[in-house]
Amino acid sequence: MTTIIITTTNMTMLDDFLVRAGLAGIGTALAAAPLGCFVVWRRMAYFGDATAHAALLGVALSLAFQGPTMLGVLATALIMAILVQALSGRGLAEDTLLGVLAHAALAIGLVAVSFISGARVDLMGYLFGDILAVNVYDLAMIWSGALAVIALLTWRWQRLLTATLNPDLAQSSGISARAEQLVLTVALALTVAVAIKAVGALLIGALLIIPPAAARPLARTPEAMALITAVIGATSAVAGLGASFQFDTPTGPTIVCVAAALFCATSVLGRLRA
Amino acid sequence: MRLITTTGLTLQQAGRTVLRDVDMHIDRGEIVTLVGPNGSGKSTLVKGLIGALKPLHGTVDAMRGLRIGYVPQSLAIDGLLPLTVRRFLCLPFRHDGDAMARALAEAGVPDLGEAQMRTLSGGQFQRVMLARALLMSPDLLILDEATQGLDQPGAADFYRKIEHVRRHLNCAVLMVSHDLHVVMAASDRVLCLNGHVCCEGTPDVVQDSPEYRALFGTGTKGAFAIYRHEHDHDHHHDHEHDHA
Repeated sequence: MTTIIITTTNMTMLDDFLVRAGLAGIGTALAAAPLGCFVVWRRMAYFGDATAHAALLGVALSLAFQGPTMLGVLATALIMAILVQALSGRGLAEDTLLGVLAHAALAIGLVAVSFISGARVDLMGYLFGDILAVNVYDLAMIWSGALAVIALLTWRWQRLLTATLNPDLAQSSGISARAEQLVLTVALALTVAVAIKAVGALLIGALLIIPPAAARPLARTPEAMALITAVIGATSAVAGLGASFQFDTPTGPTIVCVAAALFCATSVLGRLRA
Repeated sequence: MRLITTTGLTLQQAGRTVLRDVDMHIDRGEIVTLVGPNGSGKSTLVKGLIGALKPLHGTVDAMRGLRIGYVPQSLAIDGLLPLTVRRFLCLPFRHDGDAMARALAEAGVPDLGEAQMRTLSGGQFQRVMLARALLMSPDLLILDEATQGLDQPGAADFYRKIEHVRRHLNCAVLMVSHDLHVVMAASDRVLCLNGHVCCEGTPDVVQDSPEYRALFGTGTKGAFAIYRHEHDHDHHHDHEHDHA
């Protein structure tokens, strides 16, 4: 370990894989913060999972056609999200529908990947993410994706909040609840697409849900909650990275562990203040 | 001035036709009440008017730039969504602090600005909803079962507020309610729904119509008379509900 640090001091900052990993984690956390707030406010937790699981199918398709992974992931995540939206409210309970689609998408993705020889090793990376392997190109994608998501949600913020509160209330002010749902769907697909390599399909859901849940006891307004979520998410990413380096543990899960610990801490704090 | 008109409006919800061939209109300044048994299409018609449901047949024509203040039947605010009353009032349109304070005072809840929405009682909640609707200076105020969860004095007080608001803003009011007698007495016009408009007119005309009696019986007529009595003298009868 010492040798790594000594050698990297001679390079520019972005050449350090730890710095890249930290920036990737922070970028992902920033995009996931406002989006994750909507995911918990709208009870879309399964929706995030379903989209992330579908992304794996996108990885498989990208490998098969040798296209850019991020594009494949973005496309399948988007198709999945729109499919869920189209099918919801037609008989099956929402959580059942999402369960069927999420697991089916994950299974189809795994089967599809098995047809592609030599893909087995890559796949683990996309399931659990490999934040330490993030390169400068990935970093650029993560940050442009994150900024796009933040810009989109900031632009639609008032409308999204109103539609989240009550679709009819939104409609009476000329806001289409379905259009706002589509905005969130696109933001979710974009976040999954940029985060999958760093965080992995299985952990994206955790990053969308745990930081907002941890921020809730500390916030009085939606905006405060989104900001606190961003701080908690970024802190989890950086502290998790440090801890995984220190204790030689898998990075993605360590980040989630730190987020979970922060959740416990704020929950206790919220209880004490109440 | 005509604010909104429906022509041959047929609405479906979850694949089922709930309302057929509704021709109705609302003019500025009038209070119109929708009555009808459960499942008769009252809330469905409201959804059609605000544009939340697209017509299967027929049309909804709203005045250009019609501002609707809508108070929904219920608003379940998720426990994970922190929201103060003032923040709620600014959705979707932002207002300055003075305007919010005035609206809250007018709705009868001047001190609740910093309270969390989830901690409000039923009565406080409806008043905050009213304050929000007022801030939009609506042309048409729509109240869907707005007095649900209020006791009778609370409901009567709420309707007095609505009457005051109507005079103040010169807006039209569309009310949906189960409190037939109270609401009807305050209305200029009543629409009785049962999958279609089964009768309409002034409260007197509607309550005497055979269609209305077939739906609600003659039992409510007594309560209706009692309310008017109270209304004439404008003092409290705490025994009024015994007659109802």
